[in-house]
Amino acid sequence: MDFNLAGVHWLSDLLLCTQPLPVPTIPTERQFYEENKPFTCLDGSSTIPFDRVNDDYCDCRDGSDEPGTAACPNGSFHCTNAGFRPTFIPSSRINDGICDCCDTTDEYNSGATCQNTCREMGRKERESLQIMAEITKEGFLLKQQLIHEAKRGQEDKQGKLTELQGSKKGLEEKVEALRTVKETAEDPEKEAKERHLKAWEEQKELIRMEKDKTRMAEAFLELDDDADGYVSVAELQSHLELDPDSDGSLSETETQGLLGGADKVDTSTFETVWSGIKDKYLSEVSQGQSEPPAPVETPQEEESRDFVSDHDSDHYPEDYAGEEDVEDDEEDDHEEEEEEEEKVPPTVQTPEKREDDEVSMPPYDTETQSLIDAAQKARDDFDEAERALREVDDQMKNLEKEIGFDFGPSAEFAYLYSQCYELSTSEYIYRLCPFNRVSQKPKFGGSETNLGLWGQWAGPEDNLYSVMKYDHGQGCWQGPNRSTTVKLTCGKETVVTSTSEPSRCEYLMEFTTPAVCQEPASLDEVLHGHTEL
Amino acid sequence: MAAFVVSPLKMGPLLVLWLAGCLSGTWAVDRGNFKTCDQSAFCKRQRALKPGQSPYRALLETLELTNTKLTLQLINDNNKVRLLLELYRLQGNMTRVKINELKPLKPRFEVPDVLINDPPTEPLSLLSRDENGVVLSLGADSQRLIVSAKPFRLDIMEGREVLLSLNSRGLLAFEHLRIRKDTQASQQFEIAKEDEKVEDGMWEETFKSHTDSKPNGPSSISLDFSLPGVENVYGIPEHADSLKLKATDGGDPYRLFNLDVFQYEVFNPMALYGAIPVMLSHSAQRTMGIFWLNAAETWVDISSNTGSSETPQTDVRWISESGIIDVFIMLGPTPTDVFSQYASLTGTQAFPPLSALAYHQCRWNYNDQEDVAAVDQGFDDHDIPYDFIWLDIEHTDGKRYFTWDPHKFPQPKDMLQGLLDKRRKMVTIVDPHIKVDSSYKIHNEIRSKGFYVKSKDGGDYEGWCWPGNSGYPDFTNPEMRAWWASMFAYDQYEGSMENMYTWNDMNEPSVFNGPEVTMHKDALHGNWENRDLHNLYGLYVQRATAEGLIERSGGVERPFVLARAFFAGSQRYGAVWTGDNAAEWEHLKISIPMCLSLGLVGVSFCGADVGGFFKSPSTELLVRWYQTGAYQPFFRAHAHLDTPRREPWLFGPENTALIREAVRQRYALLPYWYQLFYHAHHSGQPVMRPLWVEYPQDTATFSMDDQFLLGRDLLVHPVTEEGARGVTAYLPGKGEVWFDVHTFQKHNGAQNLYIPVTISSIPVFQRGGSIISRKARVRRSSSCMEHDPYTLFVALSPKRFAQGELYIDDGHTFNFDKQKQFIHRRFSFANNALSSRNLAPGSQFTTFSWVEKIVILGASKPSKATLKTPDGKESQLEFEFDASMSVLTLRKPGVNAGLDWTVVLQ
Repeated sequence: MDFNLAGVHWLSDLLLCTQPLPVPTIPTERQFYEENKPFTCLDGSSTIPFDRVNDDYCDCRDGSDEPGTAACPNGSFHCTNAGFRPTFIPSSRINDGICDCCDTTDEYNSGATCQNTCREMGRKERESLQIMAEITKEGFLLKQQLIHEAKRGQEDKQGKLTELQGSKKGLEEKVEALRTVKETAEDPEKEAKERHLKAWEEQKELIRMEKDKTRMAEAFLELDDDADGYVSVAELQSHLELDPDSDGSLSETETQGLLGGADKVDTSTFETVWSGIKDKYLSEVSQGQSEPPAPVETPQEEESRDFVSDHDSDHYPEDYAGEEDVEDDEEDDHEEEEEEEEKVPPTVQTPEKREDDEVSMPPYDTETQSLIDAAQKARDDFDEAERALREVDDQMKNLEKEIGFDFGPSAEFAYLYSQCYELSTSEYIYRLCPFNRVSQKPKFGGSETNLGLWGQWAGPEDNLYSVMKYDHGQGCWQGPNRSTTVKLTCGKETVVTSTSEPSRCEYLMEFTTPAVCQEPASLDEVLHGHTEL
Repeated sequence: MAAFVVSPLKMGPLLVLWLAGCLSGTWAVDRGNFKTCDQSAFCKRQRALKPGQSPYRALLETLELTNTKLTLQLINDNNKVRLLLELYRLQGNMTRVKINELKPLKPRFEVPDVLINDPPTEPLSLLSRDENGVVLSLGADSQRLIVSAKPFRLDIMEGREVLLSLNSRGLLAFEHLRIRKDTQASQQFEIAKEDEKVEDGMWEETFKSHTDSKPNGPSSISLDFSLPGVENVYGIPEHADSLKLKATDGGDPYRLFNLDVFQYEVFNPMALYGAIPVMLSHSAQRTMGIFWLNAAETWVDISSNTGSSETPQTDVRWISESGIIDVFIMLGPTPTDVFSQYASLTGTQAFPPLSALAYHQCRWNYNDQEDVAAVDQGFDDHDIPYDFIWLDIEHTDGKRYFTWDPHKFPQPKDMLQGLLDKRRKMVTIVDPHIKVDSSYKIHNEIRSKGFYVKSKDGGDYEGWCWPGNSGYPDFTNPEMRAWWASMFAYDQYEGSMENMYTWNDMNEPSVFNGPEVTMHKDALHGNWENRDLHNLYGLYVQRATAEGLIERSGGVERPFVLARAFFAGSQRYGAVWTGDNAAEWEHLKISIPMCLSLGLVGVSFCGADVGGFFKSPSTELLVRWYQTGAYQPFFRAHAHLDTPRREPWLFGPENTALIREAVRQRYALLPYWYQLFYHAHHSGQPVMRPLWVEYPQDTATFSMDDQFLLGRDLLVHPVTEEGARGVTAYLPGKGEVWFDVHTFQKHNGAQNLYIPVTISSIPVFQRGGSIISRKARVRRSSSCMEHDPYTLFVALSPKRFAQGELYIDDGHTFNFDKQKQFIHRRFSFANNALSSRNLAPGSQFTTFSWVEKIVILGASKPSKATLKTPDGKESQLEFEFDASMSVLTLRKPGVNAGLDWTVVLQ
């Protein structure tokens, strides 16, 4: 019997429904379809006369009576596909006008003109299998090398770690020793400094009193308009700034009160009066030339704004600046502004520049200075030792982190650590830094977007190391945080071969590396496995 | 697609600033963007009028009666302005009432292109006349029209019963056109003379930052209708509200104004994308319709005395911003009559290509050709049928419609050919906003031909939309439409092929930076303001596009065009969908009344985005939505750009199987869907129907909108509750029976039936007394099933009777119409014999399809079954009988589906 019924007018064929169709060519099942014997459905549900096999009506619940027609919704059709690979297709694809089997056997009655493409497909598949096999072979060799290197690298790192552990101990001891030295040197330094400061304070007080006295004398002379050696109520009354109830006028009674109840005071009594008014008193001279002092704060403010914008670009890393959604940018900017307001240090008080302080503290005496110098040296030594210890600590942490990474069953992925691989598309440069992050940067200006940070291996159970997952990337507008799935395939080179965004903010990257190349079966085996027939 | 706001990254920076203000991060609609009645000056003015004595008086001495109409002048006694009333008796039991100013300062807008012809009239005759009014005969059924003179009022009576009254509450208000009074003094004078106030908003109106200059001043119209005995009114889509309209006292009226509403809410009377000013009234005695032919912004107030002890009555008031009063009163008396009456005015549903009734796979966006190929392959890999894959705005070169993104879609014809090879199709989006870009051919041509809508200053109107700055072609201009249609020619629309169809989104039109996200009302379409014809714009867009698709095939192929905005008459041009809904259970539920309401007013080809457009559905919601959508007319999954992918196979094998099953049920039922659409096209009967349409006297059905009928014969009660364990379906019809289409279990009618459900359940029942044809061989697209055989499901009534139909044609051309190339069969089961006979003797068509199986539900076991064919041959059919379910299955009659035959059971 032949599948090819071309030439039979299929309208009459269907109307008559008598043309039996061939039984399936599935070797294992052919035995059940024995011509002229009742057919039992493969699920055993019923038995029918053989002329109902392939009669374009579905009798068996499992569809087994119609292996060659589309009658059963759950049936399947076997394409032999000589020269290529045999396959099953759903019965619904029989005679639907679309060529599914490369040997054309599914379209025996639809009018579709199908070409037998099995040999061509077989050839192409063999070619590609051959290429793949070669790649796998070479890739697998490279992988062995990678494993070897990783092992050596791992040992190196372990060794380095041990070494660092040793030096860390020494350093810790050194830090402790230097701390004691430092503390010992700092006590005498502190005392000497305090002594010096106290002496200076006392001296300053003297100077201040002297100045006050001078000011008082000047004030007395200034007030004593009639130079009678007394300051009278009338003389003082012109100084409205002294008005105790700030009602804008200085009454006689008020002035008398300022003068301690007297109508006028002499120089010595003025001393008591002076202490009561000196804070408010304005010299008539300076009042006359009242030039308001330039607000010292203005330059200060500008300075702090400059500070903000510097801080802006310094503080916010690419993650923020690189926000792709303009909307987000808007919001972010806004947030930044708010944050900035908080972060700007409260306007720093203007460094004191009042007259009194113009006289600066005298230098330390030699003795104190040498104590200070000694303490400073002890501090520097201590800081340096501590820094060295921190460095060792950091190195150890990094090493431990690296050693702790899951670089695959034989650490074959270790070579990817701290490497980055780029792929340039028409719009973006994509960057994969394995075990770290994935990012995207517009080719023509604009900042980088974080497409995900290293999450975990995410392949299926039987092939865990075939997929990497990077997540918690930059957030999307009304959507999830960006994430990237990296599919690893065997290749001689380590390359990002494609990227796409199948769903918004969910990226897919294809990445070839020798590290996933499996031990190849022999090429003959591969080819043989697919060329039966 | 697509709301007016999405991820702003696709817009220019200017817009973003504006958007930042609009988006406060909530999911609900921002009501502040849209006017309430109070914020719409004419609505506020009109609504301030309270029922009472009408100032209008009929001047009976002006009455003129001709063969076709009666004319009569009305006078407003307050300002002495005269109106002209025209009354027509239309064939098919309709009355048309037209009121315009007798001598308007300038012509007022009368809606063109909606009526399919000048409705044929019947003569009116004068029965009596005195100083109080006249009585006219409306012809049959002792129907009379009473015109009362003072105050003016119209009553339509049948016998002693008032069916409907106009101006009975005195709310007729016709703002006559007037000259603007520029000085305070003259205003004062005029006020004294005319007793008219100049109010805010008459000559200028500001909403948010937008000022509407009103060069023509106030021009609104209003009229009230009283419906004694009526408790239920329906229609006036589009609103996301219950099927039965609610009283609007104390709230806003229902608004009809085509708007792009971002993230609309359910259960409120706010305007949405489309407007069909048609209301149906229904009581156990009678069904009627009111068609208010006005394309301006319109508000509809409904009040009802339901609950009081008086005779029930519903009062309705229509208010429109401009134009004239032109009302068609469709007097029924049955629902079917009203559908026919409305169809005789505005035409019927376009008969879609069969494949358009199948499943559509859409997403904003399928990214590139590889993506399209992968999704196409995904359907085959998972053995799920589909017919159409859709491309949203991202497929274009910078939102320039009629173009392709050169990187993502470099070879559109290869892609389309790939789909054609699988007998599948594609839809690409073509929106009516045109990027203002001097290197864009479409823009240059429209500009140079002067085809753009103009701003009030006379320049081309420009607004923001997807492409940035955009122009809006004036689709009201027939020359513009003809030119637009010509752009769909295969040599004009590069990369297009015959299996590529069109989607018109944003045709309200959506203007991102316009008032209420639409066009300024003072924009100009020729001599008319957008104010006059706003609601008509979307219809013209879809019309021009549909005409383009017809023309490109030389008039042979039926078009398929989906549009978001619509008006009365849009049914003639294609399908509509309910716009940008959300992945929420409430939105799934509201899809039923929204499409039912549209069906009642002529638009049968309706659907909602399966899965919900905004947000991401739970797997359960997605499955339930597929199950519901499979039984709604337009069946398309769609999703917002920012949502995770949701092709049917992404939710695990169990859910893939559930979705596959729902889609397969759709495909198996395509012969029935096709037959229903043929009917909708032929006679204007809706495809998806509220129960009361078929059971008009069953008051229990009047407000039901969680279940529906497809045609007469299938009752669908989709599961729309999260975590549902059961649903209660109402099976109507005393003395009738219904059969569960999945189990064949029989249930009695006129009962509430509790149905336990699982996640795989889609409760669907076939009416006893019906015959439905299915194609059991579901293939990967509907085209692949063209020649497949039919299975007939005969559901017997208690009297062992059943009847059904089958319609077959080529599925895609106009040959059914122009050359009568179709098969229309009547199947009848009576006296234990099932026969097929020709319903259309003048027609001719040959089908390869045959009858492979006949399943008779509610049957008894025969001793033999004999097939008789016209050539006199007789043959015995084998059969199986399932006694527990009373199901008789006749094996392989094998007769061609186009032939006469009879099967006799003995």
